[in-house]
Amino acid sequence: MPHSEEYIKDKVTKGLKAIHVEVVDQSDGCGAKFSVFVVSDLFQGKPLLVRHRLVYGVLEEELKTIHAISLTTLTPEQWEKTKS
Amino acid sequence: MFRLAAKRLFINRNFSTKFDEISNLVKKNKVVIFMKGIPEEPRCGFSNAVVQILRMHGVTYDAHDVLENEELRQGIKDFSNWPTIPQVFINGDFVGGCDILLEMHKNGELIEELKKAGIISALSENEESSQSGVNKSKE
Repeated sequence: MPHSEEYIKDKVTKGLKAIHVEVVDQSDGCGAKFSVFVVSDLFQGKPLLVRHRLVYGVLEEELKTIHAISLTTLTPEQWEKTKS
Repeated sequence: MFRLAAKRLFINRNFSTKFDEISNLVKKNKVVIFMKGIPEEPRCGFSNAVVQILRMHGVTYDAHDVLENEELRQGIKDFSNWPTIPQVFINGDFVGGCDILLEMHKNGELIEELKKAGIISALSENEESSQSGVNKSKE
């Protein structure tokens, strides 16, 4: 079953107590492909690998049908820097 | 009852065999990747990105095509507890997927990781030679 951007966004936001989430459906009708941008305090002090694992953990069920996902995982401070 | 136990035993053994097999595969070369397609012909943009990054660093590596082998495709996901392909291993350790490798490429971490594995990245060589004016390449 295909997932909506809203559904993924909601799940990631709740699961990671994220302060900002952007989800873009990048599939061209071929199936489920998403890019997910997450800003969460939970990422503080954690290497990229662990951050990605956290996101994958929240989306475990969905990943059985999503065939590709691209992640950006930032702490609030890192996010501030990208905006300036 | 007995049959069930026997079946379970078989599954366990089967799983551990695959596990051993993969744990050997990832140690076979300093850099090992699991991808969709082959380096000469990647069949997914994410796998292609990994191939291009390694090419830029002038790295030789083992590549395994998960599309050729469904058991490997599932096996590698279980092995590294990572749900997506491609997957990159350096020195037998799981490094990450495409996003992570790209990030490491951008922030210079990849050069460091390769160095730890005894591999001089082609990109670090450029840096050195442009700084000192001497090309110390011996490989």
